[in-house]
Amino acid sequence: MDAVVVRDIAKSFGAVRAVVGVSFSVREGELFGFIGPDGAGKTTLFRMLVTLLLPDAGEAFVDGLHVVNDYRRLRPRLGYMPGRFSLYPDLSVEENLKFFASVFGTTVEENYDLVKGIYAPLEPFKDRAAGKLSGGMKQKLALSCALIHRPRVLFLDEPTTGVDAVSRQEFWEMLGRLKASGITIVVSTPYMDEARLCDRVALMQGGRLLSVDTPDRIEATYDRPLFAARGSDRYRLLKALRAYPHAFSVYAFGDSIHYTDARETADPDELRQYLRARGFEDAEVEPIRAGIEDVFMALMQAQEEAHDGHH
Amino acid sequence: MAIIEVNRLTRAFGDFIAVKEVTFSVERGEIFGFLGANGAGKTTCIRMLIGLLAPTSGEARVAGFDVYTQPEQIKRNIGYMSQRFSLYEDLTVRENIRFYGGIYGLSNRAIKEKTAELLEELGLTGVRDERIRSLPLGWRQKLAFSVAILHDPEIVFLDEPTGGVDPIIRRQFWDLIYEASAQGVTVFVTTHYMDEAEYCDRVSIMVDGRIEAIGPPGELKRKFGVDTMNEVFLRLARGGAETAAETAAQGGGG
Repeated sequence: MDAVVVRDIAKSFGAVRAVVGVSFSVREGELFGFIGPDGAGKTTLFRMLVTLLLPDAGEAFVDGLHVVNDYRRLRPRLGYMPGRFSLYPDLSVEENLKFFASVFGTTVEENYDLVKGIYAPLEPFKDRAAGKLSGGMKQKLALSCALIHRPRVLFLDEPTTGVDAVSRQEFWEMLGRLKASGITIVVSTPYMDEARLCDRVALMQGGRLLSVDTPDRIEATYDRPLFAARGSDRYRLLKALRAYPHAFSVYAFGDSIHYTDARETADPDELRQYLRARGFEDAEVEPIRAGIEDVFMALMQAQEEAHDGHH
Repeated sequence: MAIIEVNRLTRAFGDFIAVKEVTFSVERGEIFGFLGANGAGKTTCIRMLIGLLAPTSGEARVAGFDVYTQPEQIKRNIGYMSQRFSLYEDLTVRENIRFYGGIYGLSNRAIKEKTAELLEELGLTGVRDERIRSLPLGWRQKLAFSVAILHDPEIVFLDEPTGGVDPIIRRQFWDLIYEASAQGVTVFVTTHYMDEAEYCDRVSIMVDGRIEAIGPPGELKRKFGVDTMNEVFLRLARGGAETAAETAAQGGGG
């Protein structure tokens, strides 16, 4: 049985179509990621799945239960960590955890084994008000509270937004361990590099899913020649590449620039010569394999063009 | 000549020392990345540099002005944009430009010219009378940046300017940064996206209130024998970060 099944679900707020007919399913025990920027519709979608918002159309099942008709039975089976701070800032660390356990009719002791790895670094601060914790620690406490009733499916809405690279890495290590304990995890993030850490991902933009698959297979869908270019004056190089007649897209990418050619095949030598002729003596050009971010941007570009075509 | 000169700058909150004897300088026209884990002391340091917080000890000059005695001059001569607040959501695009132009003391004529120029450059002419809240986040951020440099400051401070925006807008935003830099504006920027650290001329990495590394990204990567700035960051910041963040939260700093 799939842990999450969603069919043509949609939600609008006035004229804003936040989620536009989305369908997908998540397998039991899977670590499934929603990758997309602010405004993509991730939060609205999550709120419908955790029974906090009624869909306008379509239907969804979590752990076999209908999110609207069976919401009471469903709630104890799901865990939800919203994007914004979800704890009681005036209660202590320990009081927060106890509160969330008692709301679901259980105790911290009964399920402590599940949260132990995440909660342990917080133990020395258990009497501190939750509002006084640092970002990384708040995040650990919020995750512990979302888990303390031993849910079958866990929804994490942008748990790593605004969090530094170190805490992000630690958070994903925690998710890996949770997954090993058998919980199905649905997580959203604006960070493209986190897609690689999921079993499968859905790329989301403008309320629609652009693609749903394993990171490897999504990357393999990139069907245009892609080169990495490097040179000393990055901004000038960026402009020169954009001015190349066969350029399809040109984006800065870490220490290089990703150049996509509009043709079916392209020769890196030809591009190198073009750059040399424009004074970039040291420019290097090499073919590379596309990453999730390359695919995401290409799909966004295609979606925007299709959109403009409709006008 | 350096546009930011910092010498043994320190700030304490009670017993907690958020920034510990930090020394560095930023050259004119540079894109300088100011990196660090949450709670490492970045925000405290920036607040001192933009004249909002008096240091406990040490020296700092920004755009030629002293942070102790000339904070008002500093505020007039810098641009500042933060992810949390930059534009008035209930005002229209045009009203925001006009408002900030007034704050910066530009003449009516200058405001008019700047407004037309800016709307044209950013492609916002069609939505000039729309309220900010109705615009996509990416547009707002690009407008916020342009408004932050409306008064042609010598240096602009950007505090996590690209958080949450889509990958294309993020790159368009960096085009604006490069453009400003090419025109001589010094850019001082913080980010959690390590690929953006690679776009800077030089970066510094703060750990536990101190600057643990500073230099061009290529040099730092060679020094640590790694391929990406993400690895450099993790090498330096892992370990100390958590305890530091905890003490920082306790001390009320950050």
